[in-house]
Amino acid sequence: MPSMTMIEAIRSAMDIMLERDNRTVIYGEDVGYFGGVFRCTAGLQEKYGQERVFDTPINESAIVGMAIGMAAHGMRPCVEMQFADYMFPAFDQISQEAARIRHRSNGDFTCPIVIRMPTGGGIFGGQTHSQSPEALFTHVAGLKVVQPSNPYDAKGLLISAMEDTDPVIFLEPKRLYNGPFGGDHSGQAIGWKQHPKGKAPAGHYRVPLGKANISRPGNDVTVLAYGTMVHVAEAAVKACGIDAEIIDLRTLLPLDLETIVTSVKKTGRCVVLHEATRTSGFGAELIAEVQEACFYHLEAPIVRVTGWDAPYPHAQEWDYFPGPERVTKALQQTLEA
Amino acid sequence: MTQTAKLSFPHPPSRPGVTPDFSYLKIPKAGTLAVPDVKMSVEDAAPYAHGLIRVLDGKGKAVGPWAKYLGDTGSAEILRRGLRDMLMMRAIDKRLQIAQRQGKTSFYIQCTGEEAIGCGFARMLSKGDMNFPTYRQQSLLVGSDYPLELMIGQVYSNSMDPLKGRQLPVLHSSREYGYFTVSGNLGTQYVQAVGWAMAAALMKDDGIAAGWIGDGATASNDFHGALLTASVYKPPVILNVVNNQWAISSCTGFAGGGKATYAERGLGYGIPSIRVDGNDYLAVLAASKWAIDRARGGDGPILIEWLTYRAAAHSSSDDPSVYRSKREAAAWPLGDPVERLKTHLILKDAWSQERHVQAEAEVLDEVRTVQKEVESHGTFVDPRPMPPADILRDVYAEMPEHLRRQRQQMGS
Repeated sequence: MPSMTMIEAIRSAMDIMLERDNRTVIYGEDVGYFGGVFRCTAGLQEKYGQERVFDTPINESAIVGMAIGMAAHGMRPCVEMQFADYMFPAFDQISQEAARIRHRSNGDFTCPIVIRMPTGGGIFGGQTHSQSPEALFTHVAGLKVVQPSNPYDAKGLLISAMEDTDPVIFLEPKRLYNGPFGGDHSGQAIGWKQHPKGKAPAGHYRVPLGKANISRPGNDVTVLAYGTMVHVAEAAVKACGIDAEIIDLRTLLPLDLETIVTSVKKTGRCVVLHEATRTSGFGAELIAEVQEACFYHLEAPIVRVTGWDAPYPHAQEWDYFPGPERVTKALQQTLEA
Repeated sequence: MTQTAKLSFPHPPSRPGVTPDFSYLKIPKAGTLAVPDVKMSVEDAAPYAHGLIRVLDGKGKAVGPWAKYLGDTGSAEILRRGLRDMLMMRAIDKRLQIAQRQGKTSFYIQCTGEEAIGCGFARMLSKGDMNFPTYRQQSLLVGSDYPLELMIGQVYSNSMDPLKGRQLPVLHSSREYGYFTVSGNLGTQYVQAVGWAMAAALMKDDGIAAGWIGDGATASNDFHGALLTASVYKPPVILNVVNNQWAISSCTGFAGGGKATYAERGLGYGIPSIRVDGNDYLAVLAASKWAIDRARGGDGPILIEWLTYRAAAHSSSDDPSVYRSKREAAAWPLGDPVERLKTHLILKDAWSQERHVQAEAEVLDEVRTVQKEVESHGTFVDPRPMPPADILRDVYAEMPEHLRRQRQQMGS
């Protein structure tokens, strides 16, 4: 299997879908000729022409609104928000339109669109290039919300998303675009080549939506994470030697509760991680579901490690980011309780 | 130095007890504008964006180049059908508004005074074209011969409702009849129409899209997003602005700002734009035919401002007598679309007062009969509950596990 960065994996998925399904169109700001500010669509316009892959004006609401109209007519748009932080002008189109077209029309119209967006921090992007707005999407009935943590999953999940008949929010952790994250930002950057999940088939394959992956089996505590935080969890567990079971959720909505519940019933302990702010974050939902299903199996309160409830700072990024030290502390706290 | 800047606040044509004043509108005589080539460029569109395409003069006579352009499309037979469409629309609105007052449904929106626009435009469309309407475009459905029982069933939210009670009354949806599911929030459909039209061009089918928006909602971001993207990609889309002078209680000045017409906003985006007397059924037919031919011919987007007046309340929840004079509708300079077409047909000896009264009675009877049948399936005062589990269907193509659990909790 060829090695791929996350960017190459995402590009490969779109390349394959453009090739296989002539209803596929790909567009967004700087997506066409230039190939995207993160290069995810590089070369695709050249290969498929500007009727399939094109640039748009800087208007996120129009980008999504057009996709809704195209999809209703039978096309399969996969659009890019340049940063997840830029999706807010499109939130009306996403939450009140895309998510509800099927339901409100009793299935007469559908909305098979994918909205890709780079999410999370770790690149000194400041408050408008670092946010993790996943909980805003998981709060919307009718959307599917996906966040891969590695190239293999990214490609397989994006293909599944593009083949799905419902609107999918596809969150791409930008810290992972070019390499896995060891949790130590000051250490040497490592590439995906050395990572087992940095290899993916060149052709078409699917990673199903709605299925979590146990990225590290263990017995003492269950860690629920997604995106960059999967790597932080792995680094923390490696450093402190705790036998944690790390679950990479991969799809947040619909959630693979079965995998989570089975694990927590086994370990009796649970730590929830996300980069987004704490209050009303997706972690709150995870904790609510886990306690409801596993209360009598729990040996300790469920703990969450998240970004602080403040705007994402620029210079103090790593004081904000929930790094391995904070995760380790939470794991120890849970085990000692 | 003292500050001399003063803010301006738009004035409505009237307030309760105040004599209506529509002098802010300059109404040109009928028949003065020529029919431009369908390939008209934005540079040549200024007179059409600033002026007003009108066919019927004050006496009800069809005059000028647009009357000639209509040709057979303006035949007595077609116009009588148009009149019947408008009478039907008015009868539906009347009966359903009463039904709302009787508590049989929760909500209703009438389109009184604006019937000509949708009734006429829809008659010029072809199968496969798609409207992206607001909540006040039900006249498009009447002009598309949408089955009355579906239209009324939707408003009663009973088992006859094609949308299973999920949507507020009047937020219809029908792919078959070219009526995109109406949202209920404002402006979003406008840019979706552009997307549909782009798909039509990319898929190389023959269809066009028609976006609809009220003057009030031209203030929304998506209005500008739609004009922008339409001007960039030039898909076969007609962007309709129904300027009915009121956005609930706010007069059109709050969206219109200065003296420019809504059509002139289109010019700023490089989109050829025309302004049409929306209460003149013949002008509606002529302008619709022209614009649809243009869009289908691949000459890019076009904006149409339909000048009209919202004669009824905003909705069944609204009482306009608290913010505007009751005499405003009568003072509206473009009159009533039904009366104007009726006068024209009588003038042509193609209609009579007797036939009109008879036609009114016929459509009312037709609506009543269907209404009665639909009501037998349940109303808000005589509810026939629908399965609650339907709420959870169609949220996704396949019901995910968490919705299955919720369905169990629901007990159904």
